[in-house]
Amino acid sequence: MRVTFKVYRYQPEVREDPYYDSFSFDAEPTDRVLDGLNHIKWHLDGTLALRRSCQHGICGSDALRINGVNRLACKVLIRDVGSKITVEPLMGCEVIKDLVVDMDPFFGHYRAVLPYFMNEEAPPDRERIQSVEEREAFDDTTKCILCAACTTSCPSRWANPGFLGPAAIVQAHRFIFDSRDRGAADRLSILGERSGVWRCRTIYNCTRACPKEIQITKAIGEVKRRIVDDRS
Amino acid sequence: MRVHEHTFDAIVVGAGGSGLMAAVYLARQGDVRTAVLSKLYPTRSHTGTAQGGIGAALGNMGEEDHWEWHMFDTVKGSDYLGDQDAIEVMCRESPEVVYELEHMGLPFSRNEEGRIAQRRFGGHTSNYGEAPVRRACYAADRTGHMILQTLYQQSIKNDVQFFDEYQVVDLLIEGGACRGAVALNIATGELHVFRCKALVLATGGYGQVWEITSNAVTLTGDGMFLVARRGVPLEDMEFYQFHPTGIRGMGILITEGVRGEGGILRNHEGERFMERYAPNLKDLASRDVVSRAIYKEIRAGRGIDGKRFVHLDATQLGAEVIETKLPEIADFCRTYLGIDPVTEPIPVQPTAHYAMGGIPTNVNGAVVGMHGEPIRGLYAIGECACVSVHGANRLGTNSLVDLVVFGRRAGLAMADYCRHADLESAGDDPAGPAREELERLWSTAGSDGENAAEIRREMKQVMMDNVSVFRTEELLQEGLAKIAALRERADRIAIDDRSQGFNLDLTDAWETKGMLELAHIMTFCALNRTESRGAHSREDYPDRDDENWLKHTLAVPRDGSIEIGYKPVSITRFEPKERVY
Repeated sequence: MRVTFKVYRYQPEVREDPYYDSFSFDAEPTDRVLDGLNHIKWHLDGTLALRRSCQHGICGSDALRINGVNRLACKVLIRDVGSKITVEPLMGCEVIKDLVVDMDPFFGHYRAVLPYFMNEEAPPDRERIQSVEEREAFDDTTKCILCAACTTSCPSRWANPGFLGPAAIVQAHRFIFDSRDRGAADRLSILGERSGVWRCRTIYNCTRACPKEIQITKAIGEVKRRIVDDRS
Repeated sequence: MRVHEHTFDAIVVGAGGSGLMAAVYLARQGDVRTAVLSKLYPTRSHTGTAQGGIGAALGNMGEEDHWEWHMFDTVKGSDYLGDQDAIEVMCRESPEVVYELEHMGLPFSRNEEGRIAQRRFGGHTSNYGEAPVRRACYAADRTGHMILQTLYQQSIKNDVQFFDEYQVVDLLIEGGACRGAVALNIATGELHVFRCKALVLATGGYGQVWEITSNAVTLTGDGMFLVARRGVPLEDMEFYQFHPTGIRGMGILITEGVRGEGGILRNHEGERFMERYAPNLKDLASRDVVSRAIYKEIRAGRGIDGKRFVHLDATQLGAEVIETKLPEIADFCRTYLGIDPVTEPIPVQPTAHYAMGGIPTNVNGAVVGMHGEPIRGLYAIGECACVSVHGANRLGTNSLVDLVVFGRRAGLAMADYCRHADLESAGDDPAGPAREELERLWSTAGSDGENAAEIRREMKQVMMDNVSVFRTEELLQEGLAKIAALRERADRIAIDDRSQGFNLDLTDAWETKGMLELAHIMTFCALNRTESRGAHSREDYPDRDDENWLKHTLAVPRDGSIEIGYKPVSITRFEPKERVY
């Protein structure tokens, strides 16, 4: 089928303002949107800049705005978005070049929630015991691949760039609800501050954007409830 | 081009499982200034895509298991080419590192007792080959993702310093020592010289050399190429694993865990054909055996509808097993194939997956040269290294074991080395050769130049047609000639992008040239080894030939050709015998 890609371009070394380029070519309906972008880069215009790596929805490099919705370019097939495809960089991020945005603020917020296992008790010789049910309590949030699709779809974050955002809360949730971890109080105190969970207005954009189908708004709700419960 | 300079004690190149494990161990020392350079954000590394599990003889599932059995399976899986001293280290230490990962917070799936859950995997058996055993410790089918996340989290906890999106483009190896690296800061296009006492390469594999591959587009073998062109040999490059079950046409990996849970391979007639090829372990025979069987079925016209794929039938597993133990696989099938594995078979074909060969090291990750001499301060771990624990064919789950066991050992060995070694001079203009190379690429323009993507496409095709599962002298000679022609054309690669920052046109071109060198070395080595062993299957030399070939190959580019050397295989516990599954 014939497809037309309308691609956001920003080439600061060449031209001051951003613009859009159009590329039309033949593609298979089962091709990924990323295949289309690769085709452009490899055969039509080598100057196009984008991040990509695993190409099957695990590494989280290629979160982009595709027809206005945050998706991984490698997890969307052309037949699912039609023949006219607009591709833009993630919103609320500084664009470095074309589809490449500055990820440092995103990873900065990730680091802010102490995203690592905390338990200073001496571990047993073998594994720590955790029941199937205890493990299940945080299973959903272990799926996060840090692609930023959720955080950059969040209107509260667009309004308040200081908001830690859904991804950081998801990462905190993964530890707060892990029966083996002892750092919940520290994390809940960070998430209870002005830049934390209360900025979330349950708009559900994050849940819709997540390529791993994590129930993000639900996870944020669980963290909110935990903060309230701990206070009372 | 501006050049920046940095000095550290230790540098880690690559931020996948092995690199991060080494980095965590280096950082924990407290007195070793360490930096990690990675061309990707660390969580993008390919360890994250490993699915099925990490092998360790924990015996958690009510079955007896011992590291000696794991060792035997690994030796047999390697077709007796793996070094048994190194395999012993790996299998002995594996339970300990798996517990350590758990103590770092890794969320393994659990059994009824709340212990780490384990499943069956190809080639892993009890009692020296008797029957399949549950040895693969897993976190659903996201084991690699959880390892990568956990180690990145620990790196943050231990204040590891990262240089993200810094691509190493040269190594400062001179006078038998490594003195640092030159890296391109992708965001700015500027070069950075990193001087150090010890440097470890953890750059992963080079599956992008083939058309159908499970490997990320960024897996271009940079570390292997960088050492080879500085005169350090590569070991056993003729051994490359094709995983039996990649998604048809795309190569995306479908974990062996599907077969571990009871999935069955079927041909066009619906026959469970592995019964004919491996009467004992059937679908859980080792990967080289299963990949060859699939190729033979296809050749005999028994591919599905006569085409180049077979079916992986997981329908008898039931919805619950698939949704809870193999959720990613279910997602891949629904997303990319539009099928539901609960009710429909998955179309699969062998996919280029894993390099058994690589940079030769000892059991502490220290790189050794052509004649066994150490390259001071240079280490290699993970897929880019060759210890050799995988020999001629790697068992499933053992890549993850390799990453953490030898990542840890290298981290500790480097820390020790840094405390005693001095920082050696890196010369007046250490970035000179890298700058010249990149500027030459950068300044080649014009419509009569070659397109790197087109050269890459042709290389992938040649490797797929001539240097894949079955090989012959004729095919390999033809492959060698075609690769030579592509290497010549690659000297005329012209790029479109004239800018400095985020010039991926430039790095793509650079990587293409590097991959062609690796394709050349590997094809040369495949032609050189006139026997069949593990993943290296020569139809003109169908038998294993222990008398002449029970030895490792070493290969290094020299004056436009490849110089070959050999080294003996370490055999400690298990004498080579015929390999039957």
